[in-house]
Amino acid sequence: MNLGSVDSLVYLYPEGILVLAILGIFIADLVTDDKEWLGTVALIGAALALVFTSGLSFFGYRFIAGLQGWGEGWLFHRMMILDNFAIFFKVLLALSALAAVWMSLGSNEVKGPNQGEYYAILLASTLGMFFMASAANLLMAYLSLEFVSLTSYVLTGYLRRNRRSGEAALKYLIYGGVASGTMIYGMSWIFGLAGSMDYAEINAALMQGSPDPLALFVALVLVLAGFGYKIAAVPFHMWAPDVYHGAPIPVTAFLAVGSKAAGFALLMRFFYPALSKAGEGGTWQFLSGVDWPQLMLVISMVTMTLGNLAALNQQNVKRLLAYSSIAHAGYTLMGFVVLSDEGLQAMLFYLVVYYLMNLGAFLVVMVVANHNGREDLDGFRGLAWRGGALPAVAMAIFLFSLTGLPPLAGFIGKFYLFAAVVKAEFYYLAVVGILNSVVSLYYYVRVIKTMFLDAPLGTEGTVAYDSHNGPLLIVLSVVTIVLGLYWAPLFEFADRSARFFLG
Amino acid sequence: MEHYVLTLIIFIPIVGMATILCLPGRSHDLIKWTALLFTLPPLFLGLWLYQNFNGAVPDLQFMVRVPWIPSYNINYFVGVDGVSISMVLLTVLLCPICIVASWGIERAPKGYFALFLLLDAAMAGVFCAMDFFLFYIFWELMLLPMYFLIGIWGGPRREYAAIKFFLYTMLGSVLMLVAMLVFYFHAEYTFDLTKLAASAKNFSADPVLFGLTMPQVLWLALFVNFAVKIPAFPFHTWLPDAHVEAPTAISVILAGVLLKMGTYGILRVNYPLLPEATLQLAPYFLAALGAWNIVYGALCALAQCFIEPKDMKKLVAYSSISHMGYVMLGMASFTPQGINGAVLQMFNHGTITAMLFLIVGVIYDRAHHRRIDGFGGLASVMPVYTGIMALAFFAAMGLPGLSAFISEVLVLLGAWQNYKIPTILGAATVILTAGYLLWTIQQMFLGKPREDYAHMHLSEISRRELGMLIPLGVVVVVLGVYPHAVLDLIDASLRNLNSIVLAAVQGAPVALR
Repeated sequence: MNLGSVDSLVYLYPEGILVLAILGIFIADLVTDDKEWLGTVALIGAALALVFTSGLSFFGYRFIAGLQGWGEGWLFHRMMILDNFAIFFKVLLALSALAAVWMSLGSNEVKGPNQGEYYAILLASTLGMFFMASAANLLMAYLSLEFVSLTSYVLTGYLRRNRRSGEAALKYLIYGGVASGTMIYGMSWIFGLAGSMDYAEINAALMQGSPDPLALFVALVLVLAGFGYKIAAVPFHMWAPDVYHGAPIPVTAFLAVGSKAAGFALLMRFFYPALSKAGEGGTWQFLSGVDWPQLMLVISMVTMTLGNLAALNQQNVKRLLAYSSIAHAGYTLMGFVVLSDEGLQAMLFYLVVYYLMNLGAFLVVMVVANHNGREDLDGFRGLAWRGGALPAVAMAIFLFSLTGLPPLAGFIGKFYLFAAVVKAEFYYLAVVGILNSVVSLYYYVRVIKTMFLDAPLGTEGTVAYDSHNGPLLIVLSVVTIVLGLYWAPLFEFADRSARFFLG
Repeated sequence: MEHYVLTLIIFIPIVGMATILCLPGRSHDLIKWTALLFTLPPLFLGLWLYQNFNGAVPDLQFMVRVPWIPSYNINYFVGVDGVSISMVLLTVLLCPICIVASWGIERAPKGYFALFLLLDAAMAGVFCAMDFFLFYIFWELMLLPMYFLIGIWGGPRREYAAIKFFLYTMLGSVLMLVAMLVFYFHAEYTFDLTKLAASAKNFSADPVLFGLTMPQVLWLALFVNFAVKIPAFPFHTWLPDAHVEAPTAISVILAGVLLKMGTYGILRVNYPLLPEATLQLAPYFLAALGAWNIVYGALCALAQCFIEPKDMKKLVAYSSISHMGYVMLGMASFTPQGINGAVLQMFNHGTITAMLFLIVGVIYDRAHHRRIDGFGGLASVMPVYTGIMALAFFAAMGLPGLSAFISEVLVLLGAWQNYKIPTILGAATVILTAGYLLWTIQQMFLGKPREDYAHMHLSEISRRELGMLIPLGVVVVVLGVYPHAVLDLIDASLRNLNSIVLAAVQGAPVALR
C-alpha cells in the first residue's frame, strides 16, 4: 500500500484527534479565563487518541475508516509507515500522554495562566512522537525528532520563575541543537552513500552496492548522535540529569517515558529494516564491514554501568531516577544488540513495563513534592509512618520492579532481555547486565530505606491521601504486580508488533 | 488430596497475608492470632505428608504440573522427593513456632506478620518447586520480606545488616538467573528440573573461561549463589550481622530454614544437572571449603567467649557456619552415609539452632542485652530455663543420644571414605565446639548469681516460651534415638542422587525419574 497525501489522511485518525485537541485548547485558551478545564480537554483528547489507536490495533481500520482490505503500508508518499510496530508505539505514546496529562492535572507545579500553552504543547509533543514512531524516511525522522525536541525544550522551561527550570531548558536546547545538527550531517552522508532518504531504498542501495565501510560507519555514528541523545544513551546522556531535575515532574515523567520510547522506535526502525536484512530463524544480518552491533554493544554496556554508578551518590530523587533512566536505556539496548527477533520483542515488552514502573515512581515523587515541595531524599523520610503508606508501598513496588525482582513486572522485562542475550550467546553482556542490576539495587533500596526504615523527624507532617493521584498509583502498582505473575497478553502484543513493514 | 497438598502448603500463608492486610492495624491480638491460625493448616498438612510419603521410592511424589507461560514452556511444577521432604517438614514446623516467638512485636504488627507469611510461602515454594523458573521466583521472593523484617524490626545496626544481606543474596541470585537461561537454551527449551537432569552433555568440553569448561563455569556460578546462602567461607560475612540485628523470630527462621536453602539448592540443581562437574569440583569447593567452614566457624564462635563484643547471638551465628560445614562435607563425600548424614544434619541443625536462638531471645527479652560476660549464675535464678538451655547446647555439641550426634557421625563416616584430612579436621573441631558451648555455659549459668540481678527482673521462662522450645526439644531427643523417623524418608532419593552423580564418571548419565 503506497498512498499519496490526501488518501493517507483517513489513516491518521489518532493524529487528527490530537490536532483537534491542540487547536481546541488554543482557541479555548483565548476565550476563557478559567484555565483549569483546559487540562480536562487535553485529557479527553489524549484518551480519544488512545481509543482510536487501540482501535487500529485490535479491530483494524476497516471498523473505523470503513475501508476494505487495508494492509500495512506507506503513507504520504513513503514518508510514513503504518504497521504493527508503529501502532504499538502509538498506543504506548498515547498512554504516556494520558498519564502525563493526568499527572499535570494533579500537580502543584503546573498552575497559573499559562496552562493552556502547557497542555497544547504537551499534546503537540505527543503528535511529534507519533510521527517519530512511523517515520519511513530520514527527513521525516529528522523533522519529527526536531518537533519533539522543540516542544520538549518549552515544556522543560515551563516554570518560568524557577531558575533551575530555565537552566535545564537552555541546556536541553543547546545539547539538542548540537545533537540534531550532527545527526542531519550524518543523514546527508547516508544520502550521499545510498542515493535516497527513504529507508527501503537505502536498504536496497546498501545491500546491493558496496559503499565505503568507513564512510558508512562514520555516517552511522553521526546519526547515532541524534538518536542516542533522544534515548539518553552514553555518551549522549549529559542533558538528562539536569533536564529531569529542572523540569516540572509531569514533564519529566513524560520525557522519561514517552520521549525515550519514541527515540527507541526511531532507532529500531532505522537500524533494523533500513540497515539490516532479515535472515532465517528470526535473526538479522547487518551490512558486512559496518559492525554497528559491536558499537551498540559497547554503548549498551557503558550506558548501563555509567547510569548505575552515577546514581549511587544522588541525593535528589529526580536526578536519581534520571540516572536510572539512563541505565534502563542501557538494558533496553541489550535487546538491540543481539540482532534477533527475540531481542526486538524483549525491547518492546521492556518499554511497556518501563513505562509503568517509571511513571509510577515519578508519580510518587510528585505526591511528596505536592505535599512539602521537596524532591530530595530527606523529603521522603519516614513516609510510610506518617500517613503516606500508599505512596510508600507503591514506590517500593515500583523501585523493586525497576531493580528486576520477582514477582514484579520489571523482572519479567529483564528476564526476556537476558533470555534474548543468552540465546545469542553474548555471555559477557549478560554478566555486565546482571551485575548492573545488583548495583542498582543499592540506590533503589536507599530510597525505600528512607521511606520505611527511617523514623520521621516529626516536623514533616502527615501526607494526606490524594484523591487525584491515589487511583492512578493504585492502578499502576496493581498492574505492575499482575504483569509479574501473568504477562502472556502483553508478550503476545509485543510479539505481534515486532514486525516491520518491509515493502 | 495428593494433588493439592503442596499447593495448599505454599499458598495458605499467602491467603493469610492478604487477610492480615485487611485487618485493622490497631487490633494487635487479632493480627497475631490470625497469623498463627494461618500457619497451622500447613503444619497439619505437613504431618499428613509425613504419614503418606512413600520413603521407599526415589521418585517425585505429590506432583502437580500446570502450564503457566506456554510460550516459554514454564509450568507450575511442584513435587517432593526425599531431598526436599525433610525441608518442607522443617519449614511447616518452624513457622508456627516463629509466630509464637514474635508475640512481643509492638511496632506495626500488621506489616510484620504479613511479611512473615509471605516469607513462609516463599520458603515452602522453594522446597517444592521443580521448575527452574518457579524455583527462581520463590528464591528471590524471600529476599523482599527479609529486608523489611530485619530492617524495620531489628537491632541497632539493622539497616546495614539488611542491605548487606539483600545485596549479597541478590548477587548470587542473578548468577543463577544467567545459568538458568543458559540451561534453557541449551537443553531443549525447558525449565523442568527433571528434564534438565544430565543436560551437561549438551555443552562442549572446550575450555571457555580460565581453563574451565562450560559445565564447570555454570557449576561455579550456581555454587556462588548457593554458597552465599549456606553460608560458605568467604561468602559468609553477611551472616553475623544479619543474625545479630534481626529480631529473635527472624533469626530463628533465617538460621533454621533459609540457610538450608543453600545446600538444598546444590543437591537439587548442581548435582543432577551437572554431575560430572560436581565430581570434578566438589572436592575443592564442598569438601575442603566445608572442612574450613567447620573449623573457622568454631574458632570465631570460640572468640566470642573471650573477645569483644562477646555477643551470645553472634556466637550462635558462627556456630551455624560451623555446623553447615558438616553438611557441605557430607554432601561432597558421595557415599550413602555421607549424603544421608548431610541432609539429616540439615534437618537437625534447623531444629537445634532454632532452639539456640529462642534461648538467646528469652534472656534478651528480660535483660535487654546478650553479653556473655554480663551474666553469671543464671542456673540458680532460672533453673527451668537452664535445663532447656542445657538440652539445646548439648544437642549443638553433638552429644550422643541427641539428634546432631547421628548426623555428624554419618557425615564423618561417609567423608572418611574419600577425604582423610577434612574428616580429621571435622572430627577434631568437636573439641572446639564443646569448648565454646561449655565456656558459655560456665560464664553465664554456673557460679554465683550477680548482684545486679535484683534490678533486672529475671523471671523464669514463661509457658509461651516453653511452648516454643518443647516441641523442638522433643524432635531433637526423638531423632537422637530413632533417626529413622527422618532417614526412612530421605534414604532412597539420596542414594539415587548419589548414583546419578557417580554414574557421570562412567559417562552414562542416568536420568532423574
